Amino acid sequence: MAASQQFCSFFLDGMFFGVEVEKVQEVIRPQETTRVPLSPEVIGGLINLRGQIVTAVDLRKRLQLPERNAGNEPMNVVVRTEEGAVSLLVDEIGDVVEVEQQQFEPPPDTLHATTREMIRGAFKLNERLLLLLDTESVIKTG
Amino acid sequence: MGEWDEIIKEFLVESSENLDQLDQDFIELEKNPTSKELLGRIFRAIHTVKGTSGVLGFPKLESVAHVGENLLSMLRDGELQLDPELTSALLAMVDAIREILRSIEGSGVEGDGDYSALVERLTALKAARTESSQPTAAPSSVAAAEPAPRVGEILVKAAVAAPEQIEKAVTQQAKGDPRKLGEILVSEGAVKPRDVLDALQVQAESSSSVSSSSLRVDVNLLDKLMNLVGELVLARNQILQFTAGQADTTFLSTAQRLNLITTELQEGVMKTRMQPIGNLWNRLPRVVRDLAMGLGKKVRVEMDGSETELDKTILEAIKDPLTHIVRNAVDHGIELPVERTAAGKPEEGRLCLHAYHEGGQVNIEISDDGAGINVAKLKQKALEKGLITGEAAARMPERELLNLIFLPGFSTAQQVTNVSGRGVGMDVVKTNIEKIGGIVDLHSDTGQGTTIKIKIPLTLAIIPALIASSGGERFAIPQVSLLELVRLEGEQAARAIEKFHGAPVYRLRGNLLPLVYLNRELKVSNDQNARSGINIVVLQADGRQFGLVVDEINDTEEIVVKPLGKQLKGISCFAGATIMGDGRVALILDVMGIAQIANVVTEGHERALLDATTKHTDRALGQDSWLVFTVGGQRRMAIPLSMVSRLEELPANTLEHSGSDLVVQYRGQIMPLIDVAEKLNIRHRSEVPETLQVIVYTEAGHSVGLVVDQIVDIVEQAVEIEEKGAVAELQGSAVIQDKVTDLLNLGALVRGAATQEVK
Repeated sequence: MAASQQFCSFFLDGMFFGVEVEKVQEVIRPQETTRVPLSPEVIGGLINLRGQIVTAVDLRKRLQLPERNAGNEPMNVVVRTEEGAVSLLVDEIGDVVEVEQQQFEPPPDTLHATTREMIRGAFKLNERLLLLLDTESVIKTG
Repeated sequence: MGEWDEIIKEFLVESSENLDQLDQDFIELEKNPTSKELLGRIFRAIHTVKGTSGVLGFPKLESVAHVGENLLSMLRDGELQLDPELTSALLAMVDAIREILRSIEGSGVEGDGDYSALVERLTALKAARTESSQPTAAPSSVAAAEPAPRVGEILVKAAVAAPEQIEKAVTQQAKGDPRKLGEILVSEGAVKPRDVLDALQVQAESSSSVSSSSLRVDVNLLDKLMNLVGELVLARNQILQFTAGQADTTFLSTAQRLNLITTELQEGVMKTRMQPIGNLWNRLPRVVRDLAMGLGKKVRVEMDGSETELDKTILEAIKDPLTHIVRNAVDHGIELPVERTAAGKPEEGRLCLHAYHEGGQVNIEISDDGAGINVAKLKQKALEKGLITGEAAARMPERELLNLIFLPGFSTAQQVTNVSGRGVGMDVVKTNIEKIGGIVDLHSDTGQGTTIKIKIPLTLAIIPALIASSGGERFAIPQVSLLELVRLEGEQAARAIEKFHGAPVYRLRGNLLPLVYLNRELKVSNDQNARSGINIVVLQADGRQFGLVVDEINDTEEIVVKPLGKQLKGISCFAGATIMGDGRVALILDVMGIAQIANVVTEGHERALLDATTKHTDRALGQDSWLVFTVGGQRRMAIPLSMVSRLEELPANTLEHSGSDLVVQYRGQIMPLIDVAEKLNIRHRSEVPETLQVIVYTEAGHSVGLVVDQIVDIVEQAVEIEEKGAVAELQGSAVIQDKVTDLLNLGALVRGAATQEVK
């Protein structure tokens, strides 16, 4: 199990998150979003991705983190899911990080149950923890 | 292995097409049992399936097709006569083949279905028939009229097999090898399976001589093209928007050309997705036949307009509803032969399918000449199920009673048959048709039959829509549900919107139109009460009208409908999203969904029913809208508002004379005027006022203007008419707004004037 894996990393409220590189379709600048009335709070809106309409999920809201400061426009991490492309709204984009499987550890028991489903665990990097996001459960908002 | 898969795939596609054709041919054959052409075609189709399945190694398929082929060859050669039993057995064979093919398509193997019973049935039938009817013709004289070239010859011609190899295989066959020539060649490794199939194909084609100029294209490819064209349309829109601020003529003309080409391309691609409705209808005769046989009925299916084209997705969407309606017609509509004869109708029932284009929409009519819908039974059923009250039922007009059939959980079938009557019937039909923006209408005459009319849009991919905004966001409203736009300015706006126990309403031509505020329903910010005007988009959902109040009405545009992600599917207010000219996303409103969350229509339709009943109650009491006016001084008169087409103020100097009659030029026509006071001999006016108050009444395309003194009001009130027969022009009188008011008999008044003119 010495296989190394690559993760696309990003920041959310100071925390360091990662998504498997192969799941990421692209990373794009802040986009004009169209709000969807009556939608769950975590839906950030709809964006036009070269003619394709993509739903954006506000990751801060989804992970029950404090709201982003007004004026800080979110970046879009577009991920491929079983239900088509979905954009995850994040604060800032990090590098592609290469990690070893043995650095992985499942979440501690103290983690709240709702967030527990969405964070599969963490890779213990030298300087910080890279939290592994489960995209499929993140996008199940309804 | 890749090539092998390809071959099997091709075989499946081709066979399924052939089988669809077979179903039709069999039905046709029943009507015309000796048609050599039909028999030949059926035989060839089964023969091809048999041959190919042998080569590809599907023994079950081959054995089923083989017994079928035997029977068919005897039919073709006139050794057997077709009868319903035989047809049923042969159709069962076609079904079995289809089942096996589906299994092959799904899992690559024939599946574990047991078809030995069917094979036995077919063999037994053949044996029974040949015993009873001694072959009249010697077998030798019934060789096929025009022998198709042999597979071996074709293979040699195509230079894929050497004559010696064929020779060898033929000799082997002669020695008693039961396999087909192609099989032998393949197993010997002399030729590739593909070549044999090609040869079989050539053989089939040369004998049927059907040349075709069409090409088979993967539907996914077409869908992709459609999407790309959608993109192009959007990009075009963006460029056109950009041209507004440009002065460069080369750029402008290029943009213009781009615009034209895009439009044409869009039309062309849309056309590739169009399919004749006949593709769908073709399955129906078979459905009807099986059903009618099972019920002991006789039904003939007639089709008209089967070439009418529809978008593929729509065609798929109406498939089930249409089948359901047809099944219903056979099951409930058309009577048993005995009943039909007793009713003086031909024994054989008639089921007509008629399709035609009309105003950018497709109309489909399904009519039968059966018993019609028994309204009394319908009513009783509705009462039993507690869907309506006895009082309401008594007052409902027949038309509305008929619509009860569309209520969920409704079925009039006395018995639940395996066909229909499970209570998931017409309501599902209606919902499914409405989902694609269609309308269902039902008409029935007891004893004469039932007609169901479906109106559906041609395509769903690109639709015209009205763009409106609310709370700072733009929304697209599909034009199909749009009736009209009303704008109320400043002061008028404040007065015109009234409260009906808290619910805002607007009087639209005398009827109360419930208002729905889009921003409130969508819970988007800033309730723009401060705005100077109010924009009402009058919409129709499920047969009910309501006014949607929006902040701003922008424009109409052709939009490309895109689906919403799964996360947003649960929000019933939105039908999808689209990309606007500026590249931003706008949501498409689902009018039905909005109506539902705003309670304009409630899920179970109780509200609509309730409304229908109350409306009718009112009508029974004589409630209507009346236009009240004065004539000859203070004499109050009224006519039903429904008879008024317009109210006009005409300057007196526009009046002209034609003969002795007063006329006026009105909308490019000469409109005769009737001075009501003069006609009724009520005090003549001393002087002609500067402007005349004219009520325009239109009948059969002709307008007549009634000159009155003053328009007083529009009143909605229950009216009790007291007959008063003295003057023909007066229908009677009634108390309206606490004052005695004469009700004018417009028909008599106008006719009186007309006869006078003739004199």
